Amino acid sequence: MKLNDAYEPVIGLEVHAQLLTASKAFCSCSTQFGVEPNSNVCPVCLGMPGTLPVLNRNLVEFIIRMGLATGCSITPRSVFARKNYFYPDLPKGYQISQFDLPLCTGGSVEIDLDDGSRKTIRLTRIHMEEDAGKSIHDIDVDTLVDVNRCGVPLIEIVSEPDMRSPREAYLFLTRIRQLVTYLGICDGNMEEGSLRADANISVRRKGTTPFGTKTEVKNMNSFRYVERALEFEINRQIQVLTEGGTVAQETLLWDANLGVAIPMRSKEEAHDYRYFPDPDLVPVLVEEAWTGRIRESMPELPTVRRDRFESTLGLPRYDADVLTAEKETADYFEDTLQELTNQTGRDRKDLAKPVSNWVMTDILRVMGERKLAIGQVPISPVRLAGMIRLILDGTISGTIAKELFEEMLGSDEDPESIVERKGLVQVSDHGVLSAAIQEVLDNSPDQVRKYINGSDKVFGFFVGQTMKKLQGKGNPSVINELLRKKLDGLKSA
Amino acid sequence: MNPTYESIRRSIESGETSCETITAEMLGAIDDRPGLNAFLAVFRENAIARAREVDRKFRDGTAGRLAGMVVAVKDVLCLRGERVTCGSKILESFESLYDATAVSRLLNEDVIVIGKTNMDEFAMGSSSEHSAFGPVLNPVDSTRVPGGSSSGSGAAVAAGMAHTALGTDTGGSIRQPAAFCGVVGMKPTYGRVSRYGLVALSSSFDQIGPFAHSTADAARVLQVIAGKDDADSTTSQDPVPDYLASLTKDVRGLRIGIPEEFLKEGICDDVLAAFHRAVDRLKEAGAKISNVRLPHARYHIATYYILMTAEASSNLARFDGARYGYRSPRAKDLQEMYLLSRSEGFGQEVKRRIMLGTYVLSAGYYDAYYLKGQRVRRLIQSDFLEAFRAVDALLMPTTPTTAFRFGEKASDPLQMYLSDVFTVSANLAGTPAISVPAGNDSEGLPIGIQVMGKHFDEATVLKVGDFLEEEVT
Repeated sequence: MKLNDAYEPVIGLEVHAQLLTASKAFCSCSTQFGVEPNSNVCPVCLGMPGTLPVLNRNLVEFIIRMGLATGCSITPRSVFARKNYFYPDLPKGYQISQFDLPLCTGGSVEIDLDDGSRKTIRLTRIHMEEDAGKSIHDIDVDTLVDVNRCGVPLIEIVSEPDMRSPREAYLFLTRIRQLVTYLGICDGNMEEGSLRADANISVRRKGTTPFGTKTEVKNMNSFRYVERALEFEINRQIQVLTEGGTVAQETLLWDANLGVAIPMRSKEEAHDYRYFPDPDLVPVLVEEAWTGRIRESMPELPTVRRDRFESTLGLPRYDADVLTAEKETADYFEDTLQELTNQTGRDRKDLAKPVSNWVMTDILRVMGERKLAIGQVPISPVRLAGMIRLILDGTISGTIAKELFEEMLGSDEDPESIVERKGLVQVSDHGVLSAAIQEVLDNSPDQVRKYINGSDKVFGFFVGQTMKKLQGKGNPSVINELLRKKLDGLKSA
Repeated sequence: MNPTYESIRRSIESGETSCETITAEMLGAIDDRPGLNAFLAVFRENAIARAREVDRKFRDGTAGRLAGMVVAVKDVLCLRGERVTCGSKILESFESLYDATAVSRLLNEDVIVIGKTNMDEFAMGSSSEHSAFGPVLNPVDSTRVPGGSSSGSGAAVAAGMAHTALGTDTGGSIRQPAAFCGVVGMKPTYGRVSRYGLVALSSSFDQIGPFAHSTADAARVLQVIAGKDDADSTTSQDPVPDYLASLTKDVRGLRIGIPEEFLKEGICDDVLAAFHRAVDRLKEAGAKISNVRLPHARYHIATYYILMTAEASSNLARFDGARYGYRSPRAKDLQEMYLLSRSEGFGQEVKRRIMLGTYVLSAGYYDAYYLKGQRVRRLIQSDFLEAFRAVDALLMPTTPTTAFRFGEKASDPLQMYLSDVFTVSANLAGTPAISVPAGNDSEGLPIGIQVMGKHFDEATVLKVGDFLEEEVT
């Protein structure tokens, strides 16, 4: 869909991230996903009469990590509030959340735009809350409720309306996903609902400053849908305006099957949540010492790591971006690089690019083909480093390496021993190579004639044929050298 | 007349009587006056079985600190496997999955729980007239209300159906029925006793406390139920002192304050006379009496009813017919399930307070009511902190009148609310307060005197209560 150029969209996102704490936010029930419905429950998360919430301190620790990673100020005394509404999957009739005193305020994240520039997206706040249960409407005539998710801790990250295109919103969301996974506080899985985004959208004529009337789009439960849903809604608003209408402030649900955002019935959205401080919980006091301890234990953040890959390892921006997109990939790359440095004693800077090439092309390809996480790829950093070392020290050729790589996927044998067992060692012996070259030239008189007549293109053909004769084990640079000498001799003869 | 736990325990240990005999006597007392309607559930078999078990523990020398004490429990506190109705039709057949902390701490000390007591629905009321299961009669005069909302607990102890009882006090719901029934009733400091397992009326006001015939027995029960509970974040870490040790009858040098604002009007003559008798007794025994000011006293009732209803409206949201409790059979969709179940399941007073509370939290009214109420509550709290710089305890009547007649105030909620005038302040401030019997009025109805103390200074409150109870009754 093409967006009308006369208008500019204004987008803010609210991202819910389900935290990876072992137990729920206010009771000791497990947060495990995918278990039997209504099995991870206790009187507290069932909202049984007389029960009281008790805060899980890890929840606070997790949100502080996110707050520090995004440069938020950490509120020393924040307060839980009750958000009151009726719904069958909300056992207490209210959700414990934060309202006027959230734990984190301010802060920002940077996104890398496609033109190579960077843009800062400001955050309004990050707060803690508990998840509701799940209503299942389509199994029977009745609505079924699974309360396993009730009380699972969430953080809500609220951005300022700083995004000006669906693409920027997508980049913001991927940055948030990258951050929460780097911090180990959320698995970032949008399809399973661990990461959920709602958007506030308005449009205005380009060059004007006041915001238009905004709508809220919910239910964009996949990264793929975010851009599509936003484009849909922006176009809808622009169309309303160009036809002389006014945009109504409302909430819409994205329907991925129909590819449209449908307004919710006004009854469903006419909520007055009647927030007030939850008297069952004491204020959350965060002392500087606690924040300090968390700050010290923070992992290296993705953008810092990416910049380090560029500046100290000399990798191209593209490589650095791809390698740091996921923490596990970056870890794998660095582990391999470290191993190779140890094995060869050479400068990391010289080794980084070959390692990057193998990780970015072959390892990522295997992950994609076999739907594996990088930790599940059968080639460990140690073995990959061993293989690259064999290339660098001339034991095997690049061509052989491709074969060796495939071989390594099928077993956990050392690369050296595979090379030895299968006789994959590179042939650099001039006598052997010369003999093979001579045979190729003898069998290809037409091509030789072409070369003599000035066609350099056939040179590649001779290299290929020679390599084939040697089952790929010939040392390519020696072959090149000998072949050139021989052919040029024929030319001048 | 009524023996203290100390003498009961002595006679069990000497073999003069047994827990089983005592329990059977208490069950007999309940059966003798079924019209009192003090109990919603009586655990006949269980109580006798447990009494036998405790008798065995006495023989084995393993009996707990309160072994053989027969306790009645307000039906707003959870007991695993037993109904907890909260005096409401909406929870008529609801059984709890777990024990309230206060109840399990008593059980650990070998008390015998004899039953669950009747109450104003969801602890909203001062007369038992709001119970869905009929009113409780005052054992002293059955034309009179027993007070509320812990009506059955007060009546059960007064009528000899239990040695002690647990009640809950949000705005006077222990102290007022104690005063009306002529027994001791205590509300501890907010945070002193775990609220886990107390079906909340108003979370920042509710406290569990004891009813007893004597301050000493109230102290014994408090000793056991008080203290930090990991299941309630609002409980205090402060150590629990030895309360019995403070019952020395020695009030020499104690500074007792009289809040002038409370004595200006609306107190009936007999209550006022009993109050002045108490003041004189303390003075004679060497206490220093002085007047104190509580500048925001006239805002207590209004502030209390704004904040209490706000919290109640949210606390009672869970009773929606979806998971447990009453669901209207007429409901055809989700909206109707909520509307009809709650309209049919809750009584008038509960619905009134839910509506008031919903209103004060609503967008557009929050600042004017809830937020302002919170600010005034802080002013009230600082009034008390200020007063307690000059005195060790405050003395005032528990109620402006003795027990009123059934129907007298039921039709006028505001009159009913105003009867809480002396009790709500302890809940607003979070301070401990006790009501002890201080004689009878000209019609023979019990009068209660209230002692309020500093936060977590239950010891002084009990000391003065113990002194007055002995000297005045």
